[in-house]
Amino acid sequence: MNNNIDWKKYLIVLLITAGLFVTAIYLSNYFGNQKIKQLQNIQDQISIDVLSSETQFSLLSELSCKDISDSVFSDELSELGNKLQWSQDNLGNTTEVSYLQKYYSLLEIKDYLLTKQISTRCGVKAAFILYFYTTAQNCSLCQQESLVLSTLRTEYPDLRVYSFDYSTDLSAVTSMLQIYKIKDTALPALVIDDNVLTGFHSVDELDSLIQQSFKLQSTTNTTTTPTTTTKTK
Amino acid sequence: MALIGTTILYIFIFLSVYVQVFFFVTFLENRKKIIIRKGETKLAHYPKVTITVPCWNEEKTVYKTVRSLLDLNYPKDKLTIFLIDDGSTDNTFKVISRFSKYSNIKVFHKENGGKFTALNFGLENSETEFFGCLDADSFADRESLVRIMSYFEKDKEVMAVAPSVTVYNDNNFIQNAQRAEYYMGVYFKKMLDFLGAIDVTPGPLTIFRKKVFNDLGGYRHGHNTEDMEIAYRMQRNNYKIAHCNDAYVYTNTPGSIRKLYRQRVRWIFGFFNNTIDYNDVIFKKDYGNFSVFTLPTRIASVVAIGYLSLRILYNFGNFIYSKYIVYKIVGFSIHPKIVFDPFFINTQSLFFLFIITYFLVFFSMLFGRRMAEGKWALSAGMFYYFPVFSIVSPFWLAKAAYNTVLKRKPSWR
Repeated sequence: MNNNIDWKKYLIVLLITAGLFVTAIYLSNYFGNQKIKQLQNIQDQISIDVLSSETQFSLLSELSCKDISDSVFSDELSELGNKLQWSQDNLGNTTEVSYLQKYYSLLEIKDYLLTKQISTRCGVKAAFILYFYTTAQNCSLCQQESLVLSTLRTEYPDLRVYSFDYSTDLSAVTSMLQIYKIKDTALPALVIDDNVLTGFHSVDELDSLIQQSFKLQSTTNTTTTPTTTTKTK
Repeated sequence: MALIGTTILYIFIFLSVYVQVFFFVTFLENRKKIIIRKGETKLAHYPKVTITVPCWNEEKTVYKTVRSLLDLNYPKDKLTIFLIDDGSTDNTFKVISRFSKYSNIKVFHKENGGKFTALNFGLENSETEFFGCLDADSFADRESLVRIMSYFEKDKEVMAVAPSVTVYNDNNFIQNAQRAEYYMGVYFKKMLDFLGAIDVTPGPLTIFRKKVFNDLGGYRHGHNTEDMEIAYRMQRNNYKIAHCNDAYVYTNTPGSIRKLYRQRVRWIFGFFNNTIDYNDVIFKKDYGNFSVFTLPTRIASVVAIGYLSLRILYNFGNFIYSKYIVYKIVGFSIHPKIVFDPFFINTQSLFFLFIITYFLVFFSMLFGRRMAEGKWALSAGMFYYFPVFSIVSPFWLAKAAYNTVLKRKPSWR
């Protein structure tokens, strides 16, 4: 007869399996926290860099542009943005991740203001796009617009794209939304040279606008700061 | 909705880990009982055995099958071989007729009626205490029978003994992947033996005490899986089935996806329908681990494969759609810059659970190989078994389910 069932073994295996699950969850949390720490470090570094450039700019702007070190953190910011997006998708929208997201938005605004100032005063070639999207609802057009902007960034290394999640609960972002009168019903929205474009815009449509923006800038720079030589990354 | 999907996924992962841990714990408990014998095995007493070879269009392999039986390390006067041509339309009968000169071989020809009818024909004509079958596409190792018989000698309660079935031919990657799967099968069968919960007595050389058939009746159609049906029936009657891990039988495996698909549709269809026929056994503790472990976990694994396949299909569809959108929006000009950054390595708990499960399954293949070939060694098939089978198995599963719902019987080949 072979109808003996060792219930104790079933229970022990259940406990071992539960133990393995707990271990897997612990490891997942551990590595998740490590990633968040890594993000915090990157943000802190960028924050210091932005602050340092701001200070340097304030100190030296009256004299010359050539001594201003690179304030172009676009690559770092973009990398941070990618990592934050990945964290949001894979680690979930935890308190830490949404806090970092807010911090990131703030850094973007600071970088935008500073780089715009430097560009105007020192003639650094740059064009700016402020991009507003939403993650609160399913916005397929936003995803498509992101693709367009990624392609344009590869095409124009001097193009700066600053992305803002409409649902970010941060007064600085809310102010920008108010300044440009952006509503959640008209997303995605883009701001190029103070012109607000809503809905999806293809690569070709934006291409001409970016080129115009670059031209506009070089005209402005020629008239205002003829002696600038600051290099870009 | 996503939460429900994730919860179901975690339940299935939990069950998978549970099953693998259960097997591993069983292994740790019984590892010292797993004996792999070298050289010739001797018995105190050699009982009479009849081995039936049912043949249906097996002209290419049956000769070698019979030769392997003639070469068995078992006294010739104790071994009777029945070669039964089940209405073949090729030269099978001509090939087997050449063996009629041997005193212990009897050759029969009958109208085609299916494998189970050929086996019952053999049963009716056999007069020995032990009875077995060897599929005409399989070859028995010289020591296989004597080692199987040693299990009967050792334990009077054992009513059937299954051998370790491994792959004879591995000429291509499909057969290599099956080889790895068969190694795993050897390991699982041994563990099920320790649990008293074996659910298939394979056609290649399972030997039964004739009492099994006298008590329970002969073979049944069993939805074209008579070897599963008889095992289910034995379990329902609490007849002990053992696995002789060092009795090796080599079988020809399908060499193409199409042939493998047909074989697996038949197997899974047999599993579905035999399980439906014997559903009264499930979760009845009177039937031991077979009812509370083997059948429920087999059912759960089929449901899990079905669910995971749909999930993978959905994700794959999403992936293709997203690529199509990328193409529509920006063409092919996606920046090719790929920089490795460990940050992007997925460290979700699912990732670690997959690693644990994969490790345990991989161990089962390795130890299965150790039992089948006596050596610890990796093989390429062990690595691509998962990718190959995870792509193709949902298809035969779906087809077998479809056939079951519409009550369509799959063909043998």
